[in-house]
Amino acid sequence: MSILVNKDTKVIVQGFTGKEGSFHAEQCLAYGTKIMGGVTPGKGGQEHLGLPVFNTVRDAVLATGATVSMIFVPPAFVSDAVMEAADAGITMAVIITEGAPVKDMMYAKAYATKKDMMTIGPNCPGIITADECKIGIMPGFIFKKGNIGLISKSGTLTYESANQVVKEGFGITTAVGIGGDPIIGLSYKQLLPMFEADPETKAIVMIGEIGGDLEIQAAAYIKEHITKPVVAFIAGQTAPEGKRMGHAGAIISGGAGTAAEKMAALTAAGVTVVVSPADIGKAVAQVMKNL
Amino acid sequence: MNIHEYQAKELFAKYNVPTLRGHIAFTAEEAVKAAQELGGSIWVVKAQIHAGGRGLGGGVKLARSTGEVREVAQQIIGMNLVTHQTGPEGKLVQKVYVEEGADIQKEYYLGILLDRAREMPIMMASTEGGMAIEDVAHNSPEKIIKVEIDPITGFQGFHGRKLAFGLGLPKEDVNTFVKFASALYNVYMDNDAEMIEINPLVKTGDGRFLALDAKMGFDNNALYRQEHVHEMRDLSEEEPTEVEAGKFDLSYIKLDGNVGCMVNGAGLAMGTMDTINYEGGKPANFLDVGGSANATTVAKGFEIILKDPNVKAIFVNIFGGIVRCDRVANGIIEATKLTNVNVPVIVRLDGTNAIEAAEILRNAGIKNIIAATDLADGAKKAVAAAKGE
Ligand SMILES: Nc1ncnc2c1ncn2[C@@H]1O[C@H](COP(=O)(O)OP(=O)(O)O)[C@@H](O)[C@H]1O
Ligand SMILES: [Mg+2]
Repeated sequence: MSILVNKDTKVIVQGFTGKEGSFHAEQCLAYGTKIMGGVTPGKGGQEHLGLPVFNTVRDAVLATGATVSMIFVPPAFVSDAVMEAADAGITMAVIITEGAPVKDMMYAKAYATKKDMMTIGPNCPGIITADECKIGIMPGFIFKKGNIGLISKSGTLTYESANQVVKEGFGITTAVGIGGDPIIGLSYKQLLPMFEADPETKAIVMIGEIGGDLEIQAAAYIKEHITKPVVAFIAGQTAPEGKRMGHAGAIISGGAGTAAEKMAALTAAGVTVVVSPADIGKAVAQVMKNL
Repeated sequence: MNIHEYQAKELFAKYNVPTLRGHIAFTAEEAVKAAQELGGSIWVVKAQIHAGGRGLGGGVKLARSTGEVREVAQQIIGMNLVTHQTGPEGKLVQKVYVEEGADIQKEYYLGILLDRAREMPIMMASTEGGMAIEDVAHNSPEKIIKVEIDPITGFQGFHGRKLAFGLGLPKEDVNTFVKFASALYNVYMDNDAEMIEINPLVKTGDGRFLALDAKMGFDNNALYRQEHVHEMRDLSEEEPTEVEAGKFDLSYIKLDGNVGCMVNGAGLAMGTMDTINYEGGKPANFLDVGGSANATTVAKGFEIILKDPNVKAIFVNIFGGIVRCDRVANGIIEATKLTNVNVPVIVRLDGTNAIEAAEILRNAGIKNIIAATDLADGAKKAVAAAKGE
């Protein structure tokens, strides 16, 4: 078991023939992901990586039965691509692109929601179910199969935590990089219940950062609904106010969105909060021992 | 990206958001000319820096004659203005905005920003004009009226009425206010703004509503399609090393510690700072070198970090995923040839080909490179090295 994606998930790639799209589609294929083909307007009918290229997402869905789209188009075209996927009946779009305007995502997400399409990202490493399906840009080999669910706003911290979890002798069910933008798709609050319901997941790691209040919402949700142990780390305890720390959404403004307030809320919700990210693996080992 | 008050007011004017007339001046002489050109008998001379709270810091002054305009302009231009938003180091004032004086009857607050939880803009108004909105939110949240504006409907009359009546405006002012708020929403949406703050929005003795102050920030990701906004960028308001780093696609932020950090990925970069702090040190900077971490970017990273004379050691923390650690190791060695690194460099490379990378670093025999096995080990060694241990 796992959440959202598995070995049967059929995936298409928007921005398939571009440099990034090609490179990562190939890596995903090598991992075993069922990449069915891709979309590049104007290149319909061609073949790329031995797979069909379509002009529209609709064509790709009809021909391949794909339900998930991995999006690599440049920032200026992301909202168009997301809305096209939603219109074509895709059920989940994984948006890897970094740098999409906030206003565009505001419209794209509202439309996706209306069309019942889930979104992950943008500005994220994607989603991976260990040994089954990798949809994104993460190095697959780090994610050994196991019983830990992982949700993270940051790409490299996802790898860092997965690596620590594996070094402690555990592994990952599914890891979801939710992205570091001000407006993102699936977040902790939607993913936590999925991990709670997944029989294979025994504990959950959540990696947050400064900015916004998604972690606070997560804390409230965990307190009420999550029975599995949760280990959390919030990046940016040493970040100054008013500065954007790399991610568009990672900013403390008007004294709100600090790591301290998020850590306090999570601690109050019974989450094991580590102060140093170097302790994530050890904390997971501890909660697993106490099960 | 942020802009100055005078620039925001120029943008307001294009959308018929009412402001007073004013001119920018770089010298006291120009300030006097500006006042003469504006006419009247009362002016306000306002320091133009990217920070609020200028009034309290002595950066906004009233003048009742052109002689006084000269006097206050002389005081303000060249001053180091310290406000609650500049930090204790303050900001050098290079220009002033000379504006007509307003006959203020009442001060309000009006602002727009993205509500990340609701995923749409919200407009906020308050009768507590002139006060920092964070303080109002903290001390008397009931005095802030908020409306969320779904971009699908856009700004409707009811949004404006809810705010106007909420502020307790007399009914003859409601329509004027609604028009004002509606125009402001257009400024926000059309220009990909991230936030607009008018503090204060004033009602004048003759019954007009005016934006007396104007603060605006924009979505950096949308600047490619907002050329007129991009042109308003004032590099002199930004930290020079941050600007320099930006030219090389490096995301750098200067902090006040002495352990330099070079990391791939924003999350891990913040996490590295936090680990240094946890181990008893203080990070000197945030630096995300991005996905490539090759010799050129690493060399540039070293150069930028070492511009800060406080830096006593550098912690290079790279988690190699798609980018292979052996390549990064070669990049680091190459970088030390491209630029002179005269402090201990603690290197932690993990992920793809980490073992080969360690081998490469060891064989290179560069004496100020210290290998670390993991995040905690690297942070500990970097903190110790910065302390001269
Ligand atoms: N044109 C003006 N006429 C009269 N008073 C003004 C004018 N501009 C500013 N002020 C007064 O100065 C105060 C501070 O100016 P403001 O532009 O809000 O700067 P800051 O918020 O940085 O202190 C305002 O609250 C207002 O009372
Ligand atoms: Mg003000």
